[in-house]
Amino acid sequence: MTPTLTVLADIELAYWQQTVIKVGIVAAVIPTAALILGYVFLLKMMSFMQSRLGPMEAGPHGTLQLLADGLKFIQKEDIFPERADRYVFAMAPVVVLMSTFLLYVVIPAGPDAVVSNLDVGVFYALAVSSLSVIGILMAGWASANKYALLGGLRAAGQLIAYELPLVLAVVGVVIQAGTLNLQNIVAAQATGEIFGWGAIGNPYIFTQFVGFAIFLVAVQAELTQPPFDMPVAESEIVGGYQVEYTGFRFLFFFMGEFGTAFAFAGLSSILFLGGWYIPGFDVDSNWLNLFGPLVLFAKIMAVSFLIFWFRFTFPRFREDQLQRLAWKFLIPLALANIVVTGVLKVAL
Amino acid sequence: MTATESQKLAYIAGQAADARLNVELETDGMTLNIGPQHPATHGTLRIVARLDGEQVIEAEPIMGYMHRGYEKLTEVRTYPQVTTLINRIDWLGSFANEVPFILAAEQLMEVEAPPRAQWIRTALFELSRIANIALFLGDMGVQLGAITPVFFAFRDREFVLNQIEAVTGGRFHPNFDRIGGLKDDLPKGWIAETKAVMEKMRTFCDELEDLVLGNEIFQSRCRGIGVIPPEVGLEYGLSGANIRASGVDWDIRRDVESPLVYDQLDWKVWTHPDGDSFARYWVRLQETREATHLVDQILDGIPSGPVMAKVPRIIKVPAGEAYVETENPLGAMGYYVVSQGDLIPFRVKIRSASFSNLSIAPWLLKGVYVPDIVTILASLYFILGDIDR
Repeated sequence: MTPTLTVLADIELAYWQQTVIKVGIVAAVIPTAALILGYVFLLKMMSFMQSRLGPMEAGPHGTLQLLADGLKFIQKEDIFPERADRYVFAMAPVVVLMSTFLLYVVIPAGPDAVVSNLDVGVFYALAVSSLSVIGILMAGWASANKYALLGGLRAAGQLIAYELPLVLAVVGVVIQAGTLNLQNIVAAQATGEIFGWGAIGNPYIFTQFVGFAIFLVAVQAELTQPPFDMPVAESEIVGGYQVEYTGFRFLFFFMGEFGTAFAFAGLSSILFLGGWYIPGFDVDSNWLNLFGPLVLFAKIMAVSFLIFWFRFTFPRFREDQLQRLAWKFLIPLALANIVVTGVLKVAL
Repeated sequence: MTATESQKLAYIAGQAADARLNVELETDGMTLNIGPQHPATHGTLRIVARLDGEQVIEAEPIMGYMHRGYEKLTEVRTYPQVTTLINRIDWLGSFANEVPFILAAEQLMEVEAPPRAQWIRTALFELSRIANIALFLGDMGVQLGAITPVFFAFRDREFVLNQIEAVTGGRFHPNFDRIGGLKDDLPKGWIAETKAVMEKMRTFCDELEDLVLGNEIFQSRCRGIGVIPPEVGLEYGLSGANIRASGVDWDIRRDVESPLVYDQLDWKVWTHPDGDSFARYWVRLQETREATHLVDQILDGIPSGPVMAKVPRIIKVPAGEAYVETENPLGAMGYYVVSQGDLIPFRVKIRSASFSNLSIAPWLLKGVYVPDIVTILASLYFILGDIDR
């Protein structure tokens, strides 16, 4: 059964007015998301795990630390390396941030709380997320720095390698839900049953746990975070593709990284954890427009916790080991997962 | 055209085609200048690496950026003043730097420090070893991209430094060793406190064994990387944990007779047969744990008595030569002291471990990947102050 979703309430807005509002929402979400993740995980959780005294001084519980950091970044001098390709150099962070912006367009936070309910939502999300490769490669090439070039090439190799497991891990979900639309995937999880028991729906983490694991690993690599952070490996190539960036351009990369972490955590909550749905409500109940974002936020924080936990405990792979993991282990596993899902879908 | 000529032409044409193919496949080498300011080089070391893609064709360390002329400076300072200088050679285990020099001077003057002083000296020696190697244990993680271990290392090293400070008054540069004994006796309650700290350091070792040594990525990054065969290691003059990780069972503390009290303690020298980066980490971790047991035993056995022998107020060292070597945290460290019977040494030659430990780097770095440069340099463990004296 594919439940019909209620249409946006009967407010009449001109198309341009809707567009302005939606762009405003997306534009506001990314810095906020970066701030929240940065504060909760980068500052608080990391300090706790690593016994750092950490930022406790700026504002209550160090809440103003990130704002102070942002202010510091903006004050810094905007440097172009002498032999850099100026336009490409300047555009690179924008392209990276743009791919994050585009991701937020399709992520639903409630039955109607979505900027654009595309029928090919999954496909779109995975496609735009890989745009950041171009930005990173642009940054690495245009910096006219050997470290940056190495970092950019490493990043390109890594992001392309992990694009495949990322996509293949989702195919299982798509087969099981029978749709590419993110809203319908949430609805399918909300109304599904596991072993004939439908009280909590069927969050796909129970049936697609292999896909979930592969997806998380691939997300980790897409974010260029430890253990997959050799594009920015600070002890080898000192920041990699971003080594020549200062001030707000660097801040863009930073925001892009955390914004993408938030978006990918949202995507995995929607694909595997049931998204904005909580058991006990109708799928198209209007209440979920109110609670949905909160539920989704809680799930995003849970997934982000996992993502950042890995970041703080694991050392870094070497390039060849990383490629081996992707091509020899994750992709075959993902393919096997697809086959098993497909067979079970037909058989059951 | 004869047959041979046409064959020859075909051969030449084939060669030209091969040459063209090679031109197409050949990549331009890239010279990557690592340092002198780079997180992987632990200070002002510069490594010029020629790369083919990510592979190192050859790498050459260039040092001397912070040369401070210690050997020359000792020639214009009296014997007690020299300790302030040599403290700063290996700044992470500074008390250990003082000991061999003082022992050499004592040997020349034919003075023997009282037993209590020797025991306390040995305890402080081992404490500075723990403080030094603890930092390596954390830093190796950082070089491989795991930032957490180094914070654990800094946190727990602090306790050891506190104990050193409680005795000597200095955290990094104790300047506490004297010819003929020690400056002061132990403060009250120090022994019990230090025992508690040793317990903490053992927990720290367990933690790192879990967090770093047991980590699969760490193992795959380190196993088989930078393998030093024992013969090659000995040829390059490696010492300390670096050579013990290649399976050479050699420890100056045990094998060379010295006034330090190691022969009265019950302990074990750890070796590992593999000789790779992982083995070096493993040996250092075991050594740190062994050092905590050593300190425990020393604290139980400290005899009572004075901490200073009778030495003249103004120290004049009789003419002669002495060479004393001890097993410092980084390896063998020795002072060759030549005296002409003056207030100041005539000549001091310092043999420190880091220089030899680094000298094998060009041999090791050939053909590895760029990330392995970092692994190998980190696992060799050198202090730049120890290299550029």
